[in-house]
Amino acid sequence: MLKFIKHNLDTIDGVAIYPIISLVTFFTVFMVMLVIVLKMNKKNIEEISKLPLED
Amino acid sequence: MQKEQFYYDNKIVKLFFWATVLWGIVGMTVGLMVAFLFLFPNYMEGISWLSFGRLRPLHTNAVIFAFVGNGFFVGMYYSMQRLLKTRMFSDTLSKIHFWGWQLIIVAAAITLPLGLTSSKEYAELEWPIDIAITLIWVVMGINMIGTMIKRRQRHIYVAIWFYIATFVTIAVLHIFNNLEMPVSAFKSYSVYAGVQDALMQWWYGHNAVAFFLTTPMLGLMYYFVPKAANRPVYSYRLSIIHFWSLIFIYIWAGPHHLLYTALPDWAQNLGTVFSVMLIFPSWGGMINGLLTLRGAWDKVRESAILKFFVVAITAYGMATFEGPMLAFKNVNAIAHYTDWIVAHVHVGALGWNGFIIAGMLYWLAEKLFKTKLYSQKLANVHFLIGTLGILLYTIPLYIAGFMQALMWKDFNPDGTLVYGNFLETVTAILPMYWMRALGGTLYFTGFVILAYNLIMTAKQGSEVEDELAEALPLKPISSKRIAGEHWHGWLERRTVLFTILTTIAIAIGGLVEFIPLALVKSNVPTIESVKPYTPLELEGRDLYIREGCNNCHSQMIRPFRSEVERYGEYSKAGEFVYDHPFLWGSRRTGPDLHRIGKKYNSNWHFNHFLDPMNTSPMEDKILGISRNFMPRYTWFIKNDLDYSNVQGKMKGLRAVGVPYTDTEIEYAPYALQEQAKIIEQELRQDPEYVTNYGDKHIEKKEVVAIIAYLQRLGTDIKNK
Repeated sequence: MLKFIKHNLDTIDGVAIYPIISLVTFFTVFMVMLVIVLKMNKKNIEEISKLPLED
Repeated sequence: MQKEQFYYDNKIVKLFFWATVLWGIVGMTVGLMVAFLFLFPNYMEGISWLSFGRLRPLHTNAVIFAFVGNGFFVGMYYSMQRLLKTRMFSDTLSKIHFWGWQLIIVAAAITLPLGLTSSKEYAELEWPIDIAITLIWVVMGINMIGTMIKRRQRHIYVAIWFYIATFVTIAVLHIFNNLEMPVSAFKSYSVYAGVQDALMQWWYGHNAVAFFLTTPMLGLMYYFVPKAANRPVYSYRLSIIHFWSLIFIYIWAGPHHLLYTALPDWAQNLGTVFSVMLIFPSWGGMINGLLTLRGAWDKVRESAILKFFVVAITAYGMATFEGPMLAFKNVNAIAHYTDWIVAHVHVGALGWNGFIIAGMLYWLAEKLFKTKLYSQKLANVHFLIGTLGILLYTIPLYIAGFMQALMWKDFNPDGTLVYGNFLETVTAILPMYWMRALGGTLYFTGFVILAYNLIMTAKQGSEVEDELAEALPLKPISSKRIAGEHWHGWLERRTVLFTILTTIAIAIGGLVEFIPLALVKSNVPTIESVKPYTPLELEGRDLYIREGCNNCHSQMIRPFRSEVERYGEYSKAGEFVYDHPFLWGSRRTGPDLHRIGKKYNSNWHFNHFLDPMNTSPMEDKILGISRNFMPRYTWFIKNDLDYSNVQGKMKGLRAVGVPYTDTEIEYAPYALQEQAKIIEQELRQDPEYVTNYGDKHIEKKEVVAIIAYLQRLGTDIKNK
């Protein structure tokens, strides 16, 4: 559906760059985050995750 | 170091608590009213402000912004103070937020039935209320951030990240989608037109679901599920990944579904990957919520609160699985415009939002009123009939959606449509509407039981008082990372930086959307024959908006054989360049209207508004009567057309790009009267009309304007 939008976007110069930017940005952020998160100190994590339980 | 003593503000929590209960009942009542309009379309006969087109926006707005909104604020005001070990930043701001928000809701409840609407879904409120929403939202934001700054807890728990994301993103969405040109106290036109307006609206629409109905609820989940189960969240690591990837992907998932069909093949595949990717953060959240209960499933059997949470999180998982599936072109082709979508959103609204709020309210009642819940048994009854209500509501509508889509597309061997009369596809799904109304009634009954249970709990408990607490003040430490401190841990104590990073995360998606959006305007091919509406058609279009016709009728014929056969030539982008706002609609309770112009004569329309039964009777086998879903618009024939501001409206539209000339604006009232007379003359072809209405000065009534608009629709390029 929405073929008529497809046409309009197709004619934008270099529109293909947008999804590439998106994917690359997302992938980088995601990988960096994953590494950071996996490297987190276990003791700290336990402490933080108990925050809601102490009123 | 000495511990400091302070009080948690429980009174503000109590205010939002009761507001949630009240607006829940109101929103669901209006929902039931519209569900019953499908069964007995004329039970509110002749009352313009209780017609479907005006009540449906009231239902959606009441449920989203009044019920779920207040529900979020209850949990936010309760949990933030405790997670940050401080009272809210300012009691005054808390009160302004509360009363301001309730006033906005009341304003919505008055203006929407009066037909004062911008017609954009979930953003229907007119410009003065839009401004009020912005101001109150900012008040809330200042209060939130202020509270974080004066906190006594170094780390900011994951629930609060979700609150921050909600605040920032809703502000951005609300402002951009509601940019409009006011032409009078309660009338404005969207600054965007046609395709651009549609892309903007659905960028908003999708993300309003994401950041008003999802992220705040996830925040509540991360606080109240551990509380109720009395164990920490399953994986804090997972919650970090959940948060960043969810807010990062969500913001452009909606229009991305529109956009990926617009790109070359390789990009389309990429788009599909992106849509599917959204399942992962969503399910990460679901798993994190459900697994928090690991080893505590025995508690689930006993606690009604945990039962509500389990069903809520499961419904979240189902809805977020279905969402990406609906983003596939071939699935979308079937589901779009049908009751499938209505079922989909109600899994989210009734299951996910409704149940997480119900569980939270039960849990909070004991804390706020310092007593046991009045009746565990009633809470369990609520859970049972509520769950049954969800099933009875959604399953029939899924079936109805499939049935209708298949019937729309069914061809005879000779190439004609099997169900050429749209009404046949409606008659077939009537039994489903009965079951839906029953399901809705059950769910509503459950909620009334909740209200009773909570009121009784409050009665037997003690007066809500601010709660004394104590905590060590925060030792000032370096704003830089200290030795051994983890990067994300450091970020979690830098509130302002955290908020900025969140804004950047959503802004990237926003920008990637906006740049092609801005370019679209100059890329919509102009069609020479497409002209702005005449003054009378413009007034007719405003009546169409006032009555909310777009809630049941689309104006967007998709390039499918079945649609072209049924409605005519498929819609082109260039046809909508003067449509401020666009009126494509999202649901076909009635047929598409984009090519309705000149399809019937004006008498047909006149008789149809007088009583749709005259022109389009529908067989109701359940009630054994002949009827139609469409209400009688008798007030079109009674009301004089008010065109006192037609010049102001044209000037407003010219300011946003519609090329009306000075002369056209100057002579607009005359042109309008002339066209009205021509239509009245056409109506005189019917002798019956002459007998009954010949001396009623119909040319001065609203009906001529709406006929003029409908007769114009889609005719600019017809037969070309």
